[in-house]
Amino acid sequence: MHSIKALDLSHYDEMLVDGQSTRASYARFADWLHQAPLDWLRQKQDEADTLFRKIGITFAVYGDESGAERLIPFDTIPRIISAAEWKTLEAGCVQRVTALNRFLHDIYHEQDILKAGLIPPEQILTNAGYQLAMQGIDLPRRIYAHIAGVDIIRHRDGGFYVLEDNLRTPSGVSYMLENRKMMMRLFPELFARHDITPVEHYPNLLLDTLRAVAPVEVDNPTVVVLTPGQYNSAYFEHAFLASQMGVELVEGQDLFVKNGHVHMRTTAGPQRVDVIYRRIDDAYLDPLAFQPDSMLGVPGLMSVYREGRVTVCNAVGTGVADDKSIYPYVPDMIRFYLGEEPILHNVPTWQLRKPEDLAYVLAHLPELVVKEVHGAGGYGMLVGPAASQAEIEAYRLRILDDPANFIAQPTLSLSTCPTFVEAGIAPRHIDLRPFVLSGDKVRLVAGGLTRVALREGSLVVNSSQGGGTKDTWILKEDATC
Amino acid sequence: MLSRMADCLYWMARNMERAENTARLLDVSLQMSLLHASSQDDLLVPLDVTGVTADFLSRWPKPDAGRVLDYLALDPSVPGSIYNCIRLARENAHVVRVKITGEMWEQINGTWLEMRDWQKRGLDARTASAFLDWVKERSHLFRGVSYGTMLRNDTFHFSRLGTFIERADNTARILNVKTRQIRDHEPQAENILDYYQWAALLRSVSCFEAYRDIYRDRITPERVAELLILRPDMPRSLRACFEEISQVLSHVEGQAGRSARRLASEIRARLTYSDISDIFAEGLEASLDSLIADIHRLGSAIHDSYLEAA
Repeated sequence: MHSIKALDLSHYDEMLVDGQSTRASYARFADWLHQAPLDWLRQKQDEADTLFRKIGITFAVYGDESGAERLIPFDTIPRIISAAEWKTLEAGCVQRVTALNRFLHDIYHEQDILKAGLIPPEQILTNAGYQLAMQGIDLPRRIYAHIAGVDIIRHRDGGFYVLEDNLRTPSGVSYMLENRKMMMRLFPELFARHDITPVEHYPNLLLDTLRAVAPVEVDNPTVVVLTPGQYNSAYFEHAFLASQMGVELVEGQDLFVKNGHVHMRTTAGPQRVDVIYRRIDDAYLDPLAFQPDSMLGVPGLMSVYREGRVTVCNAVGTGVADDKSIYPYVPDMIRFYLGEEPILHNVPTWQLRKPEDLAYVLAHLPELVVKEVHGAGGYGMLVGPAASQAEIEAYRLRILDDPANFIAQPTLSLSTCPTFVEAGIAPRHIDLRPFVLSGDKVRLVAGGLTRVALREGSLVVNSSQGGGTKDTWILKEDATC
Repeated sequence: MLSRMADCLYWMARNMERAENTARLLDVSLQMSLLHASSQDDLLVPLDVTGVTADFLSRWPKPDAGRVLDYLALDPSVPGSIYNCIRLARENAHVVRVKITGEMWEQINGTWLEMRDWQKRGLDARTASAFLDWVKERSHLFRGVSYGTMLRNDTFHFSRLGTFIERADNTARILNVKTRQIRDHEPQAENILDYYQWAALLRSVSCFEAYRDIYRDRITPERVAELLILRPDMPRSLRACFEEISQVLSHVEGQAGRSARRLASEIRARLTYSDISDIFAEGLEASLDSLIADIHRLGSAIHDSYLEAA
């Protein structure tokens, strides 16, 4: 028997109820875990590290001069979600992403939501993520965010809350797939004991999704994955997805525009490209339309795109909808476009562009988390309870300099999950990122990426800030007892 | 296949082959320089073959074995050093990692990691030959893993093209440099040094034993030239390289490479239907110069047709 503890009763633990008895979803796993000797588990953990290093699942860290590749730590204790909970999560994600796609189409066309006065127009029209070039452009199936990563946390009340919607180039899905493969390799007996929903068909669904949004006149569309190159932190994932889908992994220099179409340079001559799953930001896509000094993009791409002769996934201009200043409006979007009540909660958010919110936040900095509106990756945020007085004061000055650039949220109590650490098994904070695909329909594989903050007490799960990952199990059915 | 991918495969293999050839040259010339320490000619041979003598002499006006070794084997600031060849082979392999087999990637990546260790430790007279043997072994391993694990598609074809273009270029150059070196000696009957020079040349391309098997006679320039230029059964000869190159080109998919295919077939036909007296009638050096120019033209044709296609 291992001693498995919950952190304290003010956090929800995924495995334990009231800090002691095991939840039904973890019952079978707990039986197995208690029979597994600690040094055997440790040996398995080492085996996983060796295998990951050998396969080369590494990521490059920005700002690391040596260009060193690091491994994202993998934890062998899975995060298990019951079938019933998943049903809610799945419906909530589909609802949310459907509404966000409707919203994106609307703001680039009729702008009904602005006319209805639900969102102040300047919030959208002056937003850095809003692309004027996209106004009036009709996209296949009216889909903008073909691949969305919805970051979800579980609060101490047991409910799921959406932390943010990643609608530009969400990453991490390769870890979802590799983590499952690793777990099946390390612990085959566990998979015999559980009925776990598979995730391995994700690349097929992704390819179906991308092909479903090709320009209408194309019968057998050619899909490519566009990467900034091998020095990008997510290059492994770009290469992984391209090879899993059986499509080419291209860089900007491989593509060119001729006679109104995009082509790639191949050894057999130019080949037409119909759908580009791009993993580079809007600003670098086309030096003629955006940053003129970008070496990553394809000159002339935007003109072909605007003519509807190539599909770019995700669409140009989705950034406006996953901006942290727009996030507070998502529940309203769901009501406005779908006439439904939101299934998943938003985290209460203060918008510092509003004077009353600003005043409140400045008075409560030590309790709050403050983020930049356009920030990502856990960089540039203030975690009030963990910050020193000096850090808080320095951040206060940054806020006062440009309040509209910030939002604030209460310090969330991320749920914990037993995790394998130096000293044995201990609770660590986790979140969840399911990947939602929108093409001919909106769907997701039953699973996602569970990120875990490995440092004791840490709430930051980003891989660039010492986070690790876990396999995420969705049970096919819940035990009836 | 994407042109950029083909380019990386081609240069991955070329750089690996180049590392091996440079190691062979260094190995033999270091041995030769022991044989007659008074002359610097032998030390300069690997520099002449790789075309970097002027740069070397600008850094080190007085060459010695240690300097040459360090310059060609380990120096990160020398573009063609073994260190850089292996680094480039690995960088190219990294780009095409999803195309090559896992075993290939592990082999190349492992070679690079060990290369860094060698570079950190440095080389001296005692460790030099162990290092050069290691380079040759890693190159053999690279070819073995490629040949033994890769699907016979364009990924394989472009990698093979790189290997044989580089090898043909190297064989022609080394023969050319040695021919000039021997010509520049005082003409003496039965020059004993010439024997060692030709023997060294044969050893540097691993065909000293082959020569003995085939000719069972004393070493003459005509036979050495025949072996290295015209024999189809000698794996480092120009003829053998061009047999391979034209065969590989005929298997590459698509119609983009007509000019490269035509040129390769022309060179191959010339090598197939020449005999050594034709070559000596034209002059060995002149023949080699024109072959080197042909190889260069073929390299450009491959680039224009496949690797930088628009």
